[in-house]
Amino acid sequence: MSISLEVMLQLCIILPLLAAVGIAVTGRNPNLREGVTLSTSLVVFYLVIELYLGLKAGEIITVQWWEIIPGLGFSFTIEPLGMIFALIASFLWLITTVYSIGYMRAHNEKNQTRFYICFAIAISGVMGIAFSGNLFTLFIFYEALTLSTYPLVTHAGTEKAKKGGRVYLGILLSTSIAFFLLAIIATWFVAGTLEFTPGGVFDASVNTTVAAVILVLFIFGISKSAIMPFHRWLPAAMVAPTPVSALLHAVAVVKAGVFTVLKVCVFIFGIDLLQELPSTQFLLYLAGATVLLASLIAMRQDNLKARLAYSTVSQLGYITIGALLAASAGIIGGSMHIAMHAFGKITLFFCAGAILVATHKSNISDMRGIGRQMPITMAAFFIASLSIIGVPPTGGTWSKWFLLMGTLETAQWGLMVVLMVSSLLSIAYLLPIPYRAFFPGKGQAVDQGGIKEAPTASLIAICITAAGCLILFVYPQPLYELAAAILEIPGTVHE
Amino acid sequence: MLAHLPVLQVLLPLMAAPLCLFLRRPYLVWIFTLIVSGLAFLISISLLQQVMVSGTIVYEMGGWPGPWGIEYRIDKLSAFLLLIITAMSTVILLAAHTSIQKEIPKSRQIYFYILYLFSFTGMLGIVSTGDVFNVFVFLEISSLSAYALIAMGKDRRALWAAYQYLIMGTIGATFILIGIGLMYQMTGTLNMDDLARRLPEVAQTRTVFAAFAFFIVGVCLKLALFPLHLWLPNAYAYAPSIVTAFLAATATKVAIYLLIRFTFSVFGLSFSFTTLPLQTLFVVLGLIGIFVASTAAIYQKNVKHLFAYSSIAQVGYMIVGYSIGTTMGLMATLLHLFNHALMKSALFLALGAVMYRIGSVQLSSFHGLGRQMPFTMAAIVAGGLSLIGVPLTVGFVSKWYLVLAAIENGWWPVAVLVLLGSLLAIIYVWRIVEAAYFKEPAVATDRVREAPMAFLIPVWLLVAANIYFGVDTRFSVEMAQAAAQSLFGVSP
Repeated sequence: MSISLEVMLQLCIILPLLAAVGIAVTGRNPNLREGVTLSTSLVVFYLVIELYLGLKAGEIITVQWWEIIPGLGFSFTIEPLGMIFALIASFLWLITTVYSIGYMRAHNEKNQTRFYICFAIAISGVMGIAFSGNLFTLFIFYEALTLSTYPLVTHAGTEKAKKGGRVYLGILLSTSIAFFLLAIIATWFVAGTLEFTPGGVFDASVNTTVAAVILVLFIFGISKSAIMPFHRWLPAAMVAPTPVSALLHAVAVVKAGVFTVLKVCVFIFGIDLLQELPSTQFLLYLAGATVLLASLIAMRQDNLKARLAYSTVSQLGYITIGALLAASAGIIGGSMHIAMHAFGKITLFFCAGAILVATHKSNISDMRGIGRQMPITMAAFFIASLSIIGVPPTGGTWSKWFLLMGTLETAQWGLMVVLMVSSLLSIAYLLPIPYRAFFPGKGQAVDQGGIKEAPTASLIAICITAAGCLILFVYPQPLYELAAAILEIPGTVHE
Repeated sequence: MLAHLPVLQVLLPLMAAPLCLFLRRPYLVWIFTLIVSGLAFLISISLLQQVMVSGTIVYEMGGWPGPWGIEYRIDKLSAFLLLIITAMSTVILLAAHTSIQKEIPKSRQIYFYILYLFSFTGMLGIVSTGDVFNVFVFLEISSLSAYALIAMGKDRRALWAAYQYLIMGTIGATFILIGIGLMYQMTGTLNMDDLARRLPEVAQTRTVFAAFAFFIVGVCLKLALFPLHLWLPNAYAYAPSIVTAFLAATATKVAIYLLIRFTFSVFGLSFSFTTLPLQTLFVVLGLIGIFVASTAAIYQKNVKHLFAYSSIAQVGYMIVGYSIGTTMGLMATLLHLFNHALMKSALFLALGAVMYRIGSVQLSSFHGLGRQMPFTMAAIVAGGLSLIGVPLTVGFVSKWYLVLAAIENGWWPVAVLVLLGSLLAIIYVWRIVEAAYFKEPAVATDRVREAPMAFLIPVWLLVAANIYFGVDTRFSVEMAQAAAQSLFGVSP
């Protein structure tokens, strides 16, 4: 190839934006419009793969744009953690595009052009977050992601959508301005730099109280990671069309949150400093509480999407715990869980959307016996559930394994118990759904209408992501290597 | 010719104003006013370049050197302000002809431009002059014409609003005059430079304290600092749209200029900030202003009222930055001065477009506008995001520096409060967004169309500036920094 890796990196961010323009221009012709989306997502995925190969070959890829504030500007770099996020997001964008073509058409949604435009802008934001070289750049794309997803959340334009959008934007924007921005400015003032640096930016002389406060501000400010009490936006975002929930609120937006948490923990504070801070333990307990409470709330939800949303809140807590444990296994587990949970949860949401399109059902209590009509969908649902729970033969096993290792390594027995109990709870709130779908029990009136699956395009997407859950169990090596490579960057861990 | 630019800057619009009477046709008068404002803009650019290259320009009127003659003094701060005023005026005037067609009867349109030019002259004069009595004269020129301009509003309440503003403004001007009189009594001079040299000798007298107090209160009335802001919401809401945009972008800025000029260059930093508890007073009033005005903005039903309250809150931000009393704080204030002018002119001009099409700026008449006037509403959303302080807009840059200045000074609670204050902005901006995009139009108004180009071009110019100066801050930050540093350098 003649284009350099640096150009590819920038293309990953710019191409989706250009695609947004292209979609706007071709809006009148649905086939052309979706052609633009599909081909862009293909190209972006290809570019990310090329970048991955470049990173594996040991290339150092950095790009600087202009400075916005003297000393602070757009800067992009590629490191393993960002690579994991970019790979997942670009691959699943491709799959979601396929899925949403089926979904949106079958569901006769209005304003589809606006939908695809905002989707493309959001992906550009995600790529910017994944590749950002300093906290300042990350923040800009973080906010861009919030704003570009607002029209997607409120897509329906109803009163309910408006209310959901209010909570969504209100929490995400407020926390990011009140806490995240304050933490960034404070970091800039204390450390004098916002570059992501292996081992952290604070030097040994930093006042631990100040750093501890800044850490709390960061964790609260990055509310995309849905830590309680700032998790309410996630269930509120469920008013969005299902493809949005699937890609953005199971993968891109929430993972942008936990990715930022990981990035801040590893590259701004550094593992060593993190262990010393007095607030780390408190935040760990908060994350533990989030994991448990969200699981408990999930059990009480009858609306499938709401249940999945709370399950997401709970699973994100795992990753936050992994980051805050400040141990090798925790970081590896957290990073891997970004990918594992992404595949599992997107499958579940795809299934929820498929059920909605095919049978117009959104409540779990109505879904008894639905396995007869939608065997493929419900089988995929079963596999993905296993992955979320974290049992073989699915990918979730590995990340949970490493996270548990992390709690053992740091002797956090309480958290270990939390993780175990929450896994049990996830069995309780996920498995009954496919079980009842296939075995409705006696005396239940079951719709005998024969097989009535979702549109083919959607079905293909479901099969791919469900297969992904299985493949990641058998073949987690590349992912593990990337996650482990984070710790191998010189300076990250002091021996 | 180049040497006379400082005076031409003021003289040009002053001379142009009566000439408008000869042109008779509103359209021609508009073109003429636009050209004058454009020329003033070019002059201000040239002045700025001169100041940046060769330092402060002192222009002696009639060749009489100060302190006997009247001096015009253009330093970095003045040049920066001149640029803001002339640029805003020129862009806003682009829409004037179209806008006033619907808001001012044809017979009075010529007078509108004449008053506009007088008000413009006054502001430029305040900023250029180096003589404190001149300041008062120009202040009256700009204020009196502003009262009349506001009274031209279509709504009958405009008269009452103008009357309120007249009373409050006159009290303010009187206080300023008393302050100036007392200063003159103590020092025998009216030249700012001379005053700065002589005031310290008599600084510890009650008269100087009184002079300072009168002056500060007078200026705070003019700049609508909480709790002296009561005249502003109605004046902004019922004035013709162009007047609102122009005053919101420039008038309070000029008052803040006066505050900075007198506390830094005339009374001197040590007097203003050390001898008197001004810092504490201002930071408290500024913060209360931010919260009270932002909260009031949330409850407004008239969108012009809403943004007027938001302006009072934004003045609070500027005052907080100013009261920090460091170079960084002052820089944040000056930066926000520039940035806020960009935001509010864009927003009020866009409201002018709504007024032109709908004839009302009640929140309820915004229903469904997201579809009917997509470009105007997009501009309001962009301006609103800038007001909130979203990255890549000018609002973000202001907020960044303001928070950094507070932290640098160890004022952590202030930093937190400043950021919390901007959360209120999210609420009031989003009320408009929800009205425009989520509500169906109240009446089936198929006739409501996108605003004419005469509005869209200046509005989007301003929106583009909001984004451009949020992405490339070299010009605004360097100017604000240079002005702030020179103010701190000059004062003892």
